[in-house]
This record gives sequence, C-alpha cells and structure tokens, in this order.
Amino acid sequence: MKHSLILVAIMSGVTILIRFFPFIVFRGKREAPAFIVYLGEVLPQAIIGMLVIYCLRNIKLTASPFGLPELIAVAFVVLLQAIKHNTLLSVIGGTAAYMILVQLVF
Amino acid sequence: MEVKKAFITSLPVLAGYLVLGMGFGIMMRAAGYGILWVLAMSLTCFSGTLQYVGVELLAGPAGIIQTAITSLVVNARYMFYGISMIEKYKNTGKYKPYLIFALTDETYTLLSEETPEGCDENRYRFLVSFFNHCYWIAGGAIGNLIGRVLPFSSRGVEFSMTAIFVASFTEQWLSGKNRFSAAVGLITTLACLLIFGADWFLIPAMLIITLILSFFRKREVSDK
Repeated sequence: MKHSLILVAIMSGVTILIRFFPFIVFRGKREAPAFIVYLGEVLPQAIIGMLVIYCLRNIKLTASPFGLPELIAVAFVVLLQAIKHNTLLSVIGGTAAYMILVQLVF
Repeated sequence: MEVKKAFITSLPVLAGYLVLGMGFGIMMRAAGYGILWVLAMSLTCFSGTLQYVGVELLAGPAGIIQTAITSLVVNARYMFYGISMIEKYKNTGKYKPYLIFALTDETYTLLSEETPEGCDENRYRFLVSFFNHCYWIAGGAIGNLIGRVLPFSSRGVEFSMTAIFVASFTEQWLSGKNRFSAAVGLITTLACLLIFGADWFLIPAMLIITLILSFFRKREVSDK
C-alpha cells in the first residue's frame, strides 16, 4: 500500500517534471532564443509525423496479416481527410474500417 | 462559444480515451487496485502509455529507481512537445499550468491546428485539454467499476488515436505548411524504429529530428 503510493507519486511526479521542464528553463517574460522560436514553428509537423510511426510501432510486417489492416485503414484516413477535410469524420471512418478489418476480415 | 467549439474539437478523442481509459481501469482492478487508485493516477499522471506500464510496475512491485527511469523513458517525448509550445503557451496566463500539465499526444495534435474563428484562444485550449482529461478519467473509473470489457467487441477502437495523428498529418501536409519538417519527422522516426527497435527508437528519433531541423535552419540563415 505504502510502496504503491510511492510508485504512483513517482510516476506522476516524473511526468509532471518532464512536462514542465522546458517551460521552467525558458520561463519569464523575456524573448525565447531565436532557435527555440524556430523549433516552435517547425517541430509540430515533425512531431505529428513521429506520432504516426509511434502508433504503428508494434506492427509485424513479417507475419500474417503483415500490417495490412493498419495500412489499409491509414490509407482510408488519408483519403477521407484529403476529400472532406473533416478530422472527426476521418477518425470515425478510419476507426470503423479498422474495426471491421480486425474483427471480421483478418 | 468556446465550450461548443472545444467540445467539437475534442470529439475525435472521446471514444479512444474512454475505451483506452476503461482498459486501464480493468487492468488496475485485475491487479487489485480500486477506484481511488485509478482516479489518483488518471488525475495526476494523465499519460496513457505510462499508466498501462504502471499497472505492471505496481503489480511487480518495481523498485523506486526502476519506476523513475521507466517513467522518464516512456514520457521523454513530452519534453519535445514542451519545447515546441514555449512560444505558443507564453501568454496563456492563468491557464498555463494546466495547459502544460495536460499536454498529451492527442491534445498536442488537436491544438497544433488553428484555433477556430472568434474563440478566446486560451480558454479554447484549456477546454480542449480539460475535456480530454475528463474522458480519460471517466473511462478509467467506468472500467474499474464494471471490471470487464463492453458487451460488444471494441477490438480495434484504439486505432482512433492513430487516425487522429494521420488525419492531422494529412491536413497539415495538404496545407503545404512545413512539409519538409513533416517528412523529416516521419522518415527519421521510421528509420530509427527499424534500427533501434520498438522499445528504444523514440529518444534517438527526437534527437536526430532536432539535429536535422537545426542544421537546415543554420543553412537558411547563412543563405541570407
């Protein structure tokens, strides 16, 4: 009980520290260095690209079904978004497609 | 106004957080931890990946050092988000601490897109973060109280998280903004996954992405 409480405190504490760390380093009203301003402009697109791969990290391309449900559903999301430009619709459509693929097809 | 817009923006996260939150609540119950533990973790930690790993750490039970290192490795990516948000979150006033605390993968992605017209930007950002936090807490509580999966198969619903990132990536790519850094993020991470494997690729990927982007900034500057 006491040990569990300590572990929860550590998990939350470390996570909070990580989240606040950059803001503590660059705190105050003064201008952030130009380099940080530049990263703020270009990083979001890179991070979202990184998250796409992060989510797909556990696909096994060498064993059945060879990542096919994920690849098909990802392609479907890209297509929906490119046509309709509606994130909610793309997420619902892509998730429905994926659920059908893993539950009924593969 | 902001409440409605923020709620609509948060909707793509709703199902995923509820179901993944339930998964966490169910695992906690199976490991012998009740609702108060689930609420405490979902309230204060608010990190899906770490909370899932955390169930194993608690059940182990793992040592203090191992728990601290695992938390650091699993969540190091949040530091990366923070760096890119320093400017954006600079003048967020009273909302700032909560915005920083509640910056998950999904909230980060939703807020990297433009704030809808006519909204108070900070209030909107706060509400999107807050709604997502509520879904996550509610999912955990429901899963822990019911203790078993839904009567219908929700297998595959976790893909909604992937779909959010893919949809946002596509939208930003089509807008033509920063395509170079989008490509750098995607390709570098893929290369690191192939080289370092699924457990260790994220930190090298973040370092290399930062290096590549800073290298090209230097070149841009010296070109001028």
